[in-house]
Amino acid sequence: QIQEDLNKQLLDNLLSFLSRSHSEFQEKTTEWTCRMKFREIPTAALVLGVNVTDHDLTFRGLSDVLQDNITPYIALLEAKDCPGIKNLMQKLMGQLMHCDIDVDSLEDEDCVPVSHNRIRCSMSSLTSWYEGVTKKTDSETPSKKRNSSSRHWQSPPVVVIFKDMESFTTKVLQDFIVISSQHIHELPLVLIFGIATSPMIIHRLLPHSVSSLLCIELFQSLSCKEHLSTIIDKLLLTSRFPFKLGGKVLQVLINIFLYHDFSVQNFIKGFQLCIVEHFYSQPLSVLCCQLVDVKKRVYSLSHDQCENIRRLPSFRRYVEKQESGKQIELLTNDSFLKEETEKLLKDLHVYHENYVSILRCLHVFTSSLPKYPLGKQIRELHCACLENRVWETEEYESSLQLARMLNKTDLVTMLQQCVEILMSSSGKEFDKTVEKLKEFLTQFQNLEAEASQERDVSVSSQKELQKKTDLYHLQKTLLELKESRRSKKLTKFEMLRFEVVDYIDSLVRKYLVPADNRTLHEIVYFNAATVLRGHLNAAPRTALHTALNNPHWYLKNQALKCDGGGISNKAPDICIVYKLHLECGRLINLVDWLEAFSTVVMAAEEPNADAASSDQVDDIIHARFIRAVSELELLGFIKPSKQKTDHVARLTWGGC
Amino acid sequence: MPNLEHPAYPAADLLHLESLVPCRESQVSMLLSIFGERQQFSFPSIFIYGHTSSGKTYVMQTLLTTLQLPHVFVNCVEYFTSRLLLEEILIQLQSSSSDTEQTCPVHCDTLNDFVRLFKQAVASRELQDQTLYIVLDRAEQLREMEANILPAFLRLQELTDRNVTVVLLSEIVWELFRPNVGCFEPFTMYFPDYSIGHLQKILSQNHPPEYSADFYSAYINILLGVFYMVCRDLKELRHLAALNFAKYCEPVVRGEANERDTRKLWKNIEPHLKKAMQTVYLREISSSQWERLQHDGGEPGQLKGLSAHTHVELPYYSKFLLIAAYLASYNPVRTDKRFFLKHHGKIRKTNFMKKHEKTSNHLLGPKPFPLDRLLAILYSIVDSRVAPTANIFSQITSLVTLQLLSMVGQNDQLDGPRYKCTVSLDFIRAIAR
Repeated sequence: QIQEDLNKQLLDNLLSFLSRSHSEFQEKTTEWTCRMKFREIPTAALVLGVNVTDHDLTFRGLSDVLQDNITPYIALLEAKDCPGIKNLMQKLMGQLMHCDIDVDSLEDEDCVPVSHNRIRCSMSSLTSWYEGVTKKTDSETPSKKRNSSSRHWQSPPVVVIFKDMESFTTKVLQDFIVISSQHIHELPLVLIFGIATSPMIIHRLLPHSVSSLLCIELFQSLSCKEHLSTIIDKLLLTSRFPFKLGGKVLQVLINIFLYHDFSVQNFIKGFQLCIVEHFYSQPLSVLCCQLVDVKKRVYSLSHDQCENIRRLPSFRRYVEKQESGKQIELLTNDSFLKEETEKLLKDLHVYHENYVSILRCLHVFTSSLPKYPLGKQIRELHCACLENRVWETEEYESSLQLARMLNKTDLVTMLQQCVEILMSSSGKEFDKTVEKLKEFLTQFQNLEAEASQERDVSVSSQKELQKKTDLYHLQKTLLELKESRRSKKLTKFEMLRFEVVDYIDSLVRKYLVPADNRTLHEIVYFNAATVLRGHLNAAPRTALHTALNNPHWYLKNQALKCDGGGISNKAPDICIVYKLHLECGRLINLVDWLEAFSTVVMAAEEPNADAASSDQVDDIIHARFIRAVSELELLGFIKPSKQKTDHVARLTWGGC
Repeated sequence: MPNLEHPAYPAADLLHLESLVPCRESQVSMLLSIFGERQQFSFPSIFIYGHTSSGKTYVMQTLLTTLQLPHVFVNCVEYFTSRLLLEEILIQLQSSSSDTEQTCPVHCDTLNDFVRLFKQAVASRELQDQTLYIVLDRAEQLREMEANILPAFLRLQELTDRNVTVVLLSEIVWELFRPNVGCFEPFTMYFPDYSIGHLQKILSQNHPPEYSADFYSAYINILLGVFYMVCRDLKELRHLAALNFAKYCEPVVRGEANERDTRKLWKNIEPHLKKAMQTVYLREISSSQWERLQHDGGEPGQLKGLSAHTHVELPYYSKFLLIAAYLASYNPVRTDKRFFLKHHGKIRKTNFMKKHEKTSNHLLGPKPFPLDRLLAILYSIVDSRVAPTANIFSQITSLVTLQLLSMVGQNDQLDGPRYKCTVSLDFIRAIAR
């Protein structure tokens, strides 16, 4: 249930995010349709970034929102459905007329013209259909009218969305645009181009004569990296969700995102997989729930589950630290254990709350340092803190050093930000911290006042300076001024700065302890990074190679276990053939291959009998060989070659 | 100026027609003399060609409607198959003949049907005595339909045995149309481009009512001075004129200058027009955005054009894949060993060859390369070890769908797919940074 709950939360987050990014966009849509003075088709170029897998969701959200607010007539076109202008028109009309049905499915007679299948797929019939539809909504009964025209206006625009602009052929797009520009007066058409790369593609696809028919406006969706940060921010850096990701797992997910696909969708899928895997593999994951339910669940634990808790390494460490009486209690008394567990889980929860807010504070500091020794994004910082004790790393040292050189205005704004973060967090322990930080702030203000006084002094001394004309005196006073500035003013400020940085350091040491050190962290943290990597980052070629090269790995047959580079004759035929082919070059002589194959196979069977018919290969072995070779061909390792007869070409390269 | 004269039509109509089609009088009079009187048989087919927006469609349309000649007007791009085209002609014929009687949907798959149905339609319209004109706009599309369509239209008069004339409008010359087998040669006619004087005259003809014609023509003069070098498209110029006129009028509205103060107005508008040439004309920013910008009086600098967003964000490995693809496309195979192996052979020997290679490779364009080579180069340019995971392979296909790579030869995937890199050096440079 928790999983489902989480997923829903997750999707909600995403949807609200998307609608936010598009809300501005719709306002524009409504605007254009009013200003169709010229024969230009209003067009939105929607630059969505290269994460194609996310686009589907975006478009679905977009069309839903459009449907709710602007127009019922939306057609989503994909390039693969439209190889020619004919298919495009068919698809377009099908979708438009179908959504008409959806709107007033109550009226049966509407279905009749649509079911009449052989509609002429041309723009003029589309126009007449549109006229008919809009006229009908005018003449409908008032009750119906309220329904439809309160949401849409009298003549709602027809929105045509091209999902993947890049893949459309030039001719189809050109033709479509030319045709629709002929009818723009009768049919208020709005085009939306989904663009994955850059808007230059419009100019590349459409010649000037066609693009001059369009009135293109550009919309850039948020970059997927920002999208990811928001999601991480909302999902991982809150204490609301009991489930947490371990450092390595998070690293794997982020790496897949950054290195491979930029797909937020896939990131979320990976996250969901983590949840499933965690609840499936960890028996104690029942305890991973909201704080309110913890008590109930802890007390319903069975004896076996209590034993499971005792077996947790982090719990053992905890037990070892207690005095001996308590140790025995913990290890033998179930109810005492339960009480203790509940307490520990609550501790863990509090730890999370504190962790997040202090992490944000630290991020405020580190994100403004030059060169970002601890990373620019909060997720990098988060990973670093999860991984090990952050204050022991070199990066942390260097960032502290840099922080000691910050100027005052920056420092003050940072402190203010920290105060805000801590105030907004729910933890009760931070009252004192906030006090302290505020105290720092007032001290800085005092410092400022003092500094201004001092400046007055220096100004007056400068005035004195101007009076004097003696070179020697001038030099002397200048030197004095310099001295005083360096020693007096800076030391005060510097002291305070040191104090602030040290204080932050102490906060970090107190609260940003890596989760591995906490007792019972196994319950809420998912740490099986290798499992996840195996699931998400599949390596088909490697797997195939392993299967063929080392059949023992998958077949679990002791007899197949072979040592070193030798070729066992007990292995399946295809494995033998595969191993033999690895030894060959680009072109493989079939006769030689067969020879080698028969040698390997015969080797074990009858080492002495084959002497009689050594040059004559057994028919059965021949057949087995041919089957194995054709299996390899099916797997895509070899193909018949036309360069030489009796040879096949290898399609893969590299030896064993 | 040759005045339009024809005995068959009333002089008032002709005069009206002349005012509607400025600078095309000679063509119109030529057409009229070909058409002859209403009941006279005309030339079976006429082919009119001329550059974009030289008024072909407009002249035909106004000619036929003002003189109220029976006609059918069809755009061949819009009716992209022969069936649609033929049916559309029949529908237009029927609908113009009888408004009261609802026309049943026509089915016309072949030309044979068309000729039969056409005869019926003409018979029902009772215009035996008048010439019917069928105008096919953008006739170059006819070449892509069935082979018999074009020759049949050219001798439709002969086939149907009715008084009909087919007019083909196109932007390309007749020589590119002529099918291999012999066909009826149409009467060809050329519409020349409008000269600057013509453009000036036509554009200043429809001035806004609140300003005087002189004022508007002065504005058109300035506009043409800026845009004539790059654009002679009448439609485009008209569009630009409408867009920028408000700005031109601004000083007059504010009372800073009167309508005669041409010099002052020119100073005001000229930089503005130049900016428009760089942005709106190239469709860098849309005309509605431009209008809004004018309205607010803001600087166009804040609005980035389409080509400003050239940067493409790519995942880490996709970048490397693309770079590898670029290298594979533009480097010859034999240099791979030299570039990507640690212990390569001699460099000295190949040094002098490099020069003429460099010049040619970018001019020759990308060459196809097999998948294996791409991966091999990828492995050598990425520092860390890359596992050949499914993600890497799927990235290659997604690069293909993004049109950054293109697949060469559509044969099956097992057969060693070959790719080409379609991006430019600048793009690669931006990525490699």
